Amino acid sequence: MTRRITDAAHLERLRAELQAARDPARKAIAVCAGTGCVAYGSRRLAAAFRDAVTARKLDVEVRATGCHGFCERGPLVVVFPSRIFYQRVQPGDVEEILDRTVAQGEAIDRLLYADPTTGRKYVHEDEVPFYAHQHRLILGFNGKIDPESLDDYIANGGYRALARTLTSLLPEQVIETVTKAGLRGRGGAGFPTGRKWALCRQAIGNPKYVVCNADEGDPGAFMDRSVLEGNPHGVIEGMILGAYAIGAREGYVYVRNEYPLAVERLSLAVAAARARGLLGNNILGRDFSFDIQITRGAGAFVCGEETALIGSVEGNRGQPRFRPPYPAQSGLWGKPTVINNVETWANVPLILDRGADWYAGIGTAGSKGTKIFSLVGKVNNTGLVEVPMGATLRHIVFEIGGGIRDGRAFKAVQTGGPSGGCLPAEKLDLQIDFESLTAAGSMMGSGGMIVMDDRTCMVDVARYFIDFLLEESCGKCVPCREGLTQLSHLLHAITEGRATDATLGALEALAPVVQDASLCALGQTAPNPVLSTIQYFRDEYLAHIRDRRCPAAVCKSLITYSINDQCTGCMVCARQCPEHAITGERKKLHVIDPAKCTRCGICHSVCKFDAVDVR
Amino acid sequence: MNATAEPTCDLTKLDPILARYPAERRSLVMVLQDAQQAYQYLPRPALERIAEALKVPRSHVYHLATFYKAFSLEPRGRHICTVCLGTACHVRGAQRLVEHVERRAGIKAGATTPDLELTLETVNCVGACALGPVVIVDGEYLGSATTTKLDTALKGIVKGAVEEQQA
Repeated sequence: MTRRITDAAHLERLRAELQAARDPARKAIAVCAGTGCVAYGSRRLAAAFRDAVTARKLDVEVRATGCHGFCERGPLVVVFPSRIFYQRVQPGDVEEILDRTVAQGEAIDRLLYADPTTGRKYVHEDEVPFYAHQHRLILGFNGKIDPESLDDYIANGGYRALARTLTSLLPEQVIETVTKAGLRGRGGAGFPTGRKWALCRQAIGNPKYVVCNADEGDPGAFMDRSVLEGNPHGVIEGMILGAYAIGAREGYVYVRNEYPLAVERLSLAVAAARARGLLGNNILGRDFSFDIQITRGAGAFVCGEETALIGSVEGNRGQPRFRPPYPAQSGLWGKPTVINNVETWANVPLILDRGADWYAGIGTAGSKGTKIFSLVGKVNNTGLVEVPMGATLRHIVFEIGGGIRDGRAFKAVQTGGPSGGCLPAEKLDLQIDFESLTAAGSMMGSGGMIVMDDRTCMVDVARYFIDFLLEESCGKCVPCREGLTQLSHLLHAITEGRATDATLGALEALAPVVQDASLCALGQTAPNPVLSTIQYFRDEYLAHIRDRRCPAAVCKSLITYSINDQCTGCMVCARQCPEHAITGERKKLHVIDPAKCTRCGICHSVCKFDAVDVR
Repeated sequence: MNATAEPTCDLTKLDPILARYPAERRSLVMVLQDAQQAYQYLPRPALERIAEALKVPRSHVYHLATFYKAFSLEPRGRHICTVCLGTACHVRGAQRLVEHVERRAGIKAGATTPDLELTLETVNCVGACALGPVVIVDGEYLGSATTTKLDTALKGIVKGAVEEQQA
């Protein structure tokens, strides 16, 4: 089984054999095994399917797949060959699925996805609006293949781009193809990938390195985790192609330690590729050798910055240094190094497999291909969404995301993580690409998209990001270390009702200094969440400052809890209140003592009758 | 680091870890990771042994062990409760969950109960954003977490987690 693949022709023979051995009519049950579904118990579910299949002696394959992206509705199951799609499946549903769907091809109504607004039910995955409006070039693999099986990847066209490239293209032609395709870095800044590779190829110094930045630190973004967990070979193939293009023999993947499943799957994939000769010496019988090592991060957000990442791989503190020289000239151990993010690497095999023209036909004039966004927060359908560059925010939030939860009003969408900004309803028709987001005061970043409703306080969001960055600042340069400390003080003064109009002025005066004077992108972009919220939601700042009021009822110092006449006197809130601030007899209206109340919000979250008001 | 407070530490646990990586500076972060997993924290004698084995100054080991958030120089609890404070979890009320566990366990985030039963940690994003707010109790992910779900998960770990609720 684990025989070395000797050359390109051998790979094609193997692929043909694998494909021929697959019976499209074979009965199979695919259970999503992404982190989201695992959190909802998909491992127990897959085990229950396996046990039941064994007990009944059925010829049905039970397969664990990568993340399908619709995490909100997990655990997700697709039954083949009918492709019937079930969501929120529990071990108790296993017997019925085997009886009705696997044996009879019948759909079980209660397990089908129902649109939260129209109530319409959908039988197949690709009909569900969440998927139907997407263009899943990268994520499409996740649901099809078992991430722990190299054969599965090969049967689905895997390593075809590598075989063709090694036999028919010179390294310079690979760079030309990637340049012509218009691929830009998916890690945030959008630097043209082909140009980065050309700089590194031309740079003097040996050896050269390729690095995969899988230190996905932006809170609210998890596409890189999903790609590594769902299709690790796609990233490995991209790195091999990049190494061939720039002339590297060694590569590193720097992956967050908070992603244990991604580390596990990637390690398995690297070992499998090595065993078959797709990594190591003389890949596919050619005069080209390359291998990959996995390095785990240790919980420092700043290590997503490329020079800090290099420091961390070398065994030092992850602290950024001044650029230039850029890593393409002087990177790992001072040698020319190409660093690209997970999603960028995953795009590379597609470009070399299907051609630069095909790829350049997707997207906008300046931003090509698709982009994966993690659509999260107060939206109905949370999960991973892959759309062509140029899709509008409205399309993503309302058509794919199904609109705002609980029928509330859309307020803003935050893009670009802590480096990005909050865009209001007027920007919903913005066509998203690298330039348009920057022009609107936000950023593409790694693709986090956090939807906010009228109960999200924009000042609190700005405070949240500044406190996040203050904690993550490496402390090397003064503007970032001290500037963020002061920005944090000012924002706390506003959210705690201690601010005056001068506080807002001080924020607006200090923010540009931090932007201009900080050493790395962490500090340079840190004020974006503050400036964009002031730009679009100034009234909300003024309500905190002048009226001592938090319109979204979030900032603790400015809100009060009270009980209205919906109260049935069930006593649940009174029992749960940690401060014993709620009094009242059974079946009689309860009362909150504002002097004792610490505004922890437990009464509000436990009340089943909407009887607790927050103002 | 107070040497007198260090409990005894079995240094042989380090041998297989050190054997896995080349004895160079670049192995340091990964060796520390594995050591942290083996001991639940980084005891001083282990740090000294690692410095010696990888031929790096003790000061450099300390420099790294105090820079990266994954490392702890203090003993941690037998159970670990990690509340995600990523943006998606934040807008869905994760801070309240931290405060809830703080009240129940009588410790602040980042601290360990005196009986070494529980360490309460926060993390800036575990990438399970679609399920926010997310809490991880001993490696088990709790999606769409609520104070009630947390009390159930912490039953038996934190005294009174469920009893008080039923009182």
